[in-house]
Amino acid sequence: MTNEDFRAAVASGVTGSEDAFRSLLSAIVEVARSIFGAKASSILLLDEDAHELVFEAAVGEGEDSIIGMRFPAGTGIAGWVLATRTPLVIEDVKKDPRFASDVAEDTGYIPSGLMAAPLLNDENALGVLEVLDRPERSQFSLQEMELLGLFANQAAIAVDLLLRARRAKRVLDGDEADLTVVAELAAAMDGLEDRRRTAGFALLRDLAQTLGAR
Amino acid sequence: MAGIELHSNEGGQALPAWSLPKDAVDRISLPVHWPDRVTREWAWDGAAGAGTRVCILDSGVEADHPTVGGLESAVAISLGDDEEVVVTEDEEGDLSGHGTACAGIVRSLAPECSLSSVRVLGAGFTGTGGVLLAGLRYAVEQGFDVINMSLSTTKKPFASVLHELADSAYFKRTVLVASAHNMPVESYPWRFSSVISVGSHEEPDPFTFFYNPTPPVEFFGRGVNVEVAWLGGRTVTVSGNSFATPHLSGICALIMSKHPELTPFQLKSVLYLTATNVGG
Repeated sequence: MTNEDFRAAVASGVTGSEDAFRSLLSAIVEVARSIFGAKASSILLLDEDAHELVFEAAVGEGEDSIIGMRFPAGTGIAGWVLATRTPLVIEDVKKDPRFASDVAEDTGYIPSGLMAAPLLNDENALGVLEVLDRPERSQFSLQEMELLGLFANQAAIAVDLLLRARRAKRVLDGDEADLTVVAELAAAMDGLEDRRRTAGFALLRDLAQTLGAR
Repeated sequence: MAGIELHSNEGGQALPAWSLPKDAVDRISLPVHWPDRVTREWAWDGAAGAGTRVCILDSGVEADHPTVGGLESAVAISLGDDEEVVVTEDEEGDLSGHGTACAGIVRSLAPECSLSSVRVLGAGFTGTGGVLLAGLRYAVEQGFDVINMSLSTTKKPFASVLHELADSAYFKRTVLVASAHNMPVESYPWRFSSVISVGSHEEPDPFTFFYNPTPPVEFFGRGVNVEVAWLGGRTVTVSGNSFATPHLSGICALIMSKHPELTPFQLKSVLYLTATNVGG
């Protein structure tokens, strides 16, 4: 049990639940879809251990079946965007039989147009933001590319927080289950309003003294 | 080194000189006769890319795609268990479509050039810095005239090695043409001055390109709503900086086929002088 683990436990208690982050990711794809007037949008995250991209959030056509689906990280359009860390826009995707044999076909929804931008945080590529089937009436422009990039940056910040919370939680679920109580304490303290929080801290200080920490 | 021979060793061989004494100035023989005015006509009119070897460093290329029209060679780069570089003949083709698109763009601009594929992306590896470095080093060693790359790494430890590699390519007369990022990302090697970095403009003409005096993106090429070759022998419409890059690669291939003695510095000068917003 290291210092780092304790910190992770406290972080896990106060940084919010998996549900809260899922809501945030869902909100991001909702807005992405809306702004571009697209039929669907999704976020894929990189599972480093399995070396796969996993659908973590989706809205629009095909959304029900797509979450949790995964494919090898180096392949397809999302795989290319992830590896090169550059956005890409492609139209007439369904003319590509290899794309159809991808995840798309399994969900019953095969897009004809796709915009994809990497989710970048510091030096790492965390995943890919996709926006599917923007309206055919308009020719794609660099302004839309920039907008896509901005959304991807915002999503990346949220994803980074999500991944930290997950890592912290893994610490607790693994060897350091004893630390769960620390996380619970931190979460409990975080949720208290001022007066009770002051009382809570007083109690903790007394506890610390009893345990010989002070 | 062209033209400067100032000393001989005992065997009578010319040795490169590192300084230029007064009496040697007249003996510098520049291989290219520079015209009074560099025009697009001088630069590439009548050229089709014959004799120029272009390498697509990417996700692989679908060699039998009608727009690609065949490859000189195709290899895949990976790292073995002990981080040693493994180069194998590429049996898998293109696993994303992007490399094929780039090859098709270069072919459409320089129909008679030779195209080769060096794959550093694909199932099992995602273009890690190590693989990118190995792939680029391999491509430079093969002596290609132009290396088209849409890849970069953000990992700082690779930056200095990539920089050395980019410089060595420059001095060996291999031109590196790389996509710039759309976002303000610190990545390499496209930012190095020895590399031609390319971003995208919105004009439809494939021969429209702009010189940008504000670094780090040096040129803007056609990268929006481009019809390209894609997997399965298909044609799709794409947009992105990574599609502007092969436009510049193709134009470089044309220029180099007509003026094969140009150094990368001279080539960049020609690109500058023939840019749509300069003399073109």
